[in-house]
Amino acid sequence: MKRSKFLLFITIIMFIFLLGPFVVIIVSSFGSEAVMRFPPKGFSTQWYEKVLNIEMFRKTFWVSLKTGLLATFTALLLGVPAAYANVRWRYPGKNAMEIMFSSPAIVPGLVVGFALLRFFIYVTQVPVMVGLYLGHTAILFPYTVRVVSASLRNFDEGIEEAAVSLGSSPLHAFFAVVFPNIRSGIAAAFILAFITSFNNVPISLFLTGPGVATLPIQMLIYMEYYFDPTISALSSIIIVITVIIVQAAEKMLGISKYV
Amino acid sequence: MAFIELTNIDAGYVKGHPVLKDFHLTVEKGELVSLLGPSGCGKTTTLRTIAGFIMAEQGKVLIGGKDNTPLPPNKRNIGLVFQNYALFPHLTVFDNIAYGLRRRKADKQVIPKKVTDVLKLVSLTGYEKRLPSQLSGGQRQRVALARSIVIEPDLLLLDEPLSNLDAKLRDEMRAELSRLQHQLGITMIYVTHDQIEALSLSSRIVVMNEGNIEQTGTPEDIYERPATPFVARFVGFDNHLSGKLAELQKGKTVMDINGSRFTSTRAVSESVKSSAAGEQVDVFFRPEDVILSREKTENCLEVEIDYINYQGNTSAYALLAGDTRIRAVIPGKPMETSGSMYLVIPPEKIIVEKG
Repeated sequence: MKRSKFLLFITIIMFIFLLGPFVVIIVSSFGSEAVMRFPPKGFSTQWYEKVLNIEMFRKTFWVSLKTGLLATFTALLLGVPAAYANVRWRYPGKNAMEIMFSSPAIVPGLVVGFALLRFFIYVTQVPVMVGLYLGHTAILFPYTVRVVSASLRNFDEGIEEAAVSLGSSPLHAFFAVVFPNIRSGIAAAFILAFITSFNNVPISLFLTGPGVATLPIQMLIYMEYYFDPTISALSSIIIVITVIIVQAAEKMLGISKYV
Repeated sequence: MAFIELTNIDAGYVKGHPVLKDFHLTVEKGELVSLLGPSGCGKTTTLRTIAGFIMAEQGKVLIGGKDNTPLPPNKRNIGLVFQNYALFPHLTVFDNIAYGLRRRKADKQVIPKKVTDVLKLVSLTGYEKRLPSQLSGGQRQRVALARSIVIEPDLLLLDEPLSNLDAKLRDEMRAELSRLQHQLGITMIYVTHDQIEALSLSSRIVVMNEGNIEQTGTPEDIYERPATPFVARFVGFDNHLSGKLAELQKGKTVMDINGSRFTSTRAVSESVKSSAAGEQVDVFFRPEDVILSREKTENCLEVEIDYINYQGNTSAYALLAGDTRIRAVIPGKPMETSGSMYLVIPPEKIIVEKG
């Protein structure tokens, strides 16, 4: 009994540690003073109104949404075949390849961002939006490969071979038999990659330029000048939307087994 | 010319390290040939080479007189049944079975009839709309079977199709497979590590070991007259004793084991024929072929009883002859074990091979 009480204690501490910041942010966003504090004084929803009225937030929200969707889509387009090759085929140098797939997820984001800036943006002089899109695609690719690989590993290769023995070409077998059965894995990859892109700061920091910022970058800029609860309000909105998306996806697709 | 011919096949998973080397196999039309052997013996490699999932590095695969060597698996007209069923989880029983027909551009009008007929054949009428997840293991394997025979393949390959089923269901499905084979006359190659399956189903058995064929023969040949020590052990000649050859008489081998004289009346093996008296020989016999006796007689060995397991209609004895362990399975309840006991091996039940 003693031991389980101790475990319970640790668990509660962990939850406070993990969820505490969220509680602080959400509660402080309803304060009525123009300074963020916890616990807040008074109650108002004015900061939520303010979020919706600041044009830079609206503008950068669309930049983030567009970048996130496009980059996620591209990363999946590349990631699904890469995951397939990674799981199903044996080839020399496969281990090295797997390490490469995961390296952007291991190397610190600042380093990746700087490398992209120094060796890609400066060299090619692409527009900021294009740079952002390509940079995000590069960091999302390993996530899509890994999540789709996990769902492919759960799918019996024999089923594909059965389709081939019944007359499907390998490509047809993929679309007729494999794809319908790894859809939830692909959806999981989509959601994970999109959230990763939407929340990304270190890469975007290097790739955004004059006049173009993503929402998190805009939030950083805003915080340099103001310390009112607007940021709390905006963060609360993002937290709630993220929780709703992840919950809905979990209910419908059971994505937690792939992530 | 045989219906299926594999000649001079080199094949395996890693280039340059073939599992099968210079491998030959022929199967006649309408035969059910089992590839029997322990895991890693090359039986599945053989099956996958015939199916086309492994491309032979060398040699030819002929099916119905046609060279299939360069063809990919989807261009060979072969049905496959897998150990874990490999049904399409997102498709109904009907769509699973119709899959091959649709890939073959079968007339849309005839597909429902063909599916209905084959479902009747495997006793699953009325299950068309179910998903694989709503079926039991036995039913899934019937669907898999239906799916592979509805395309009327030249050849049906079965890779341990019963090993995921429980014992009772396995017996049932074995009988079913046998019935289907006789009814349809379809040529089948059946991979298994289970000697009972191979013995009861096959018209011919190919026993494999380390990529080579140890023996090919009818089930009776294999069970009664194993040609090599490996085959003997595989079909249940589990007990092994070492002895010395005493003399070779006409149709008789006489040897000396631990100082006792033993006679075998089985056909003298090639390896023993060339041996001289005094040379080392290996002796094999089955646990269920022996008799335990209190009296010393012909072909007997004094043994100690280590322990006895009661198994219902039989009892399993762990015996010790000096340092050598011997297993015996004897009908009836365990016997009283006081005093000295003798293990009697009937002369027609002893296999002798050169040591």
